[in-house]
Amino acid sequence: MEWKELLIRYGELSTKGRNRSSFTGRLRDNIRYAFADLPKFQIITERDRMFIRPNEQETMDQLIERLPKIFGIQSFSPVASCSLDLEDIKQTAVKVVESLDRTDKTFKVTVKRSYKPFEMETNELQQYVGSHVLRNFPEIRVQMKKPDIDLVVEVRREAVYMMAQVIPGAGGLPIGSNGKSILMLSGGIDSPVAGYQMLKRGVRLDAIHFYSPPYTSELSKEKVMDLAEKLSRFGASVKLHIIPFTAIQQEIQRQIPSNVSMTTTRRMMLRITDLVREETGALAIITGESLGQVASQTLESLTAINAVTPTPVLRPLIAFDKLDIIKIAQEIDTYEVSIRPYEDCCTIFTPASPKTKPKLEKVEFYESFKSFEDLIAEAVSEREIMMFPKKKQDKFSGLL
Amino acid sequence: MYYFDHSATTKPHKEVLETFVKVNEEFYANPASIHELGVEANTLLSRARKQIADMLGTDETRVIFTSGGTESNHFAIHGLAKNLQARGKHIITSSIEHPSVLESLKQLELQGFEIEVLPVNEKGLISVEDVKSCLRKDTIMVSIMHINNELGSIQPIKDLANIIHQNSRAVFHVDAIQSFGKYPVSFSSLGVDVLTLSAHKFNGLKGSGIVAWKDYVSFEPVIVGGGQEFGLRSGTVPVAQAVSFAKAMRLTFENQSVMLSKYVEWNEKIRSFLQGYRNVRILSSNQAAAHILTISVRNLKGEILVNALQTRGIIVSTSSACSSKQTKTSHVIKSIGLSDDYIRGVIRISFGTSNTDQQIEHFIENFSTIMKQVKGE
Repeated sequence: MEWKELLIRYGELSTKGRNRSSFTGRLRDNIRYAFADLPKFQIITERDRMFIRPNEQETMDQLIERLPKIFGIQSFSPVASCSLDLEDIKQTAVKVVESLDRTDKTFKVTVKRSYKPFEMETNELQQYVGSHVLRNFPEIRVQMKKPDIDLVVEVRREAVYMMAQVIPGAGGLPIGSNGKSILMLSGGIDSPVAGYQMLKRGVRLDAIHFYSPPYTSELSKEKVMDLAEKLSRFGASVKLHIIPFTAIQQEIQRQIPSNVSMTTTRRMMLRITDLVREETGALAIITGESLGQVASQTLESLTAINAVTPTPVLRPLIAFDKLDIIKIAQEIDTYEVSIRPYEDCCTIFTPASPKTKPKLEKVEFYESFKSFEDLIAEAVSEREIMMFPKKKQDKFSGLL
Repeated sequence: MYYFDHSATTKPHKEVLETFVKVNEEFYANPASIHELGVEANTLLSRARKQIADMLGTDETRVIFTSGGTESNHFAIHGLAKNLQARGKHIITSSIEHPSVLESLKQLELQGFEIEVLPVNEKGLISVEDVKSCLRKDTIMVSIMHINNELGSIQPIKDLANIIHQNSRAVFHVDAIQSFGKYPVSFSSLGVDVLTLSAHKFNGLKGSGIVAWKDYVSFEPVIVGGGQEFGLRSGTVPVAQAVSFAKAMRLTFENQSVMLSKYVEWNEKIRSFLQGYRNVRILSSNQAAAHILTISVRNLKGEILVNALQTRGIIVSTSSACSSKQTKTSHVIKSIGLSDDYIRGVIRISFGTSNTDQQIEHFIENFSTIMKQVKGE
């Protein structure tokens, strides 16, 4: 099927009042960014919808395949066009319906006739197109209310436009329309999902990871890099900060009683994250915490950990069940990376029985014997920074 | 030597051998190891698997590597039968399948499965109607090859797939070992559920095969152990073979249409040459695959022709290599109902990427000399 253009519906975007033009502009830029590898195409932004007109059918196919990943799009439809000739309209209608799955489907025709001098009236054209389509596809039934296939025929002065397929988009808001935040990326299943949820709300991401060689291997670092790479595929680059964390963890082992060492570790991580956040100009911190999942994620633990900063800590997964998180991880293709079996810095130093209800005063008391300030400043300044998507050189080239 | 026995096996492509050596030298680690080298080998293995899955039109969790075509067919049949036996025990196949299919089914028969073997006509074709009428509620599997190795007959796989899927819940396994690289083979072009391939038939390595399937199909493992290959086929995965498989597949695929036009040209040339002989019958039908041309000379043993051609530097075979060492007549040749004076004089000429126009001329010249000697024709 040869499509002429794509009609894009914004959904939630169109409710954004006076900010709308900045949102639609952002969406247009993101689409340009995500499809920079394709030949140039025209984007026409209207008040409540957008049209994309590629020059080649191949570009169109690529767009149809990849648009469902772009945030800020409610749905989109491939549109065919033909002349105002009745015979041409009939044939195009059949072709459009032919391109759809028709088994057990109901059907109707909607006509919009903005070009009034057209030879048929709205109802007349509706009957005319509908009966011709039904003659060609006896397997579909007519149903006026909520049909599966709504063939929309729009008669304009220059041409007739037709569409029937509504492809769901990713929803959400265009990335970048809600500022930047920093994601604590552990390498587990949850944190990439948390990052994804915030990307979907239009947040641009930096990510931070704590790395403790030699307790954790180069592979656990690679795993996090791969996760950052995956997150960068949703239409915006991701900057990853890798914090050398060994010295701090060793100091915690020495100074802090083992049953609250986990709480202190988390507090140190949050303090470092907050410093990096300030430096990069991000506004909030994102974590993959889900209430009650592990000892550090009880309300008591969260309180004791959160006490180190007034910065908003966004926890998009706080009320999610693990299985739901896994489901999303699979959909966004991070699950397979997350389950690679390398130790991360949290699992290595986990005490046998961490307190699930640590007391803030006690934790602060234990930490007061040693100033962690210098170690923290050092970790922040010695961090490694990389950008994703990264152009990796392929060591397997030529083999396959 | 002019090699016309490509349906028995092919010479590995030079680039495939280079890949094999390089992977063995640089990525030799066990892909199941968690250290850096293992991870690297596993990444390469996944890439190979994905390349294969993409070419066939399924996803990369639905391809496993095996030790070749026979194991692939064995796994497909036993793995499916074990998995589906609660639903039924009726299996349909054809009389001209490869022994790896027929013998696997015989094993199942001993275990209480009911195997229905459908006949073929003189062109080596199964009837779609026959299959339709045999389908039952408890039919769990239909196993029919795409292109026959001895005759080149091309079964109407797409029509069979439609009939099978419309009229039953049976899984349709297709042995595409002789067709891949010559004719389009993919899940979308054939409409099948399970495909088996073998690398050495398309300039890959011997001892290397795959099974690929669509997402709604499942298997029980046949070889158990360390749980490799999604638990379906245990044993350390030979990464070098897997990567070589993917490479051979890609190279073949890229050349497919050019080579097919050559096979068609050569096939027509030899056919029109042979039509001049009263004592030669062409067994491969006009609609058969272009790369396989099976003929028979009246009242002459196939071995005599094979030997006579060999002394002139031309390699052909008597029917298939799998059955030609045995003195008994091939089950495929029997299936097409050949008269007694022709049944022993069968030879198969099969083209491949190593052949040239000039070699075809050479074949024609020498064949005619031999025929003058032995038949005075």
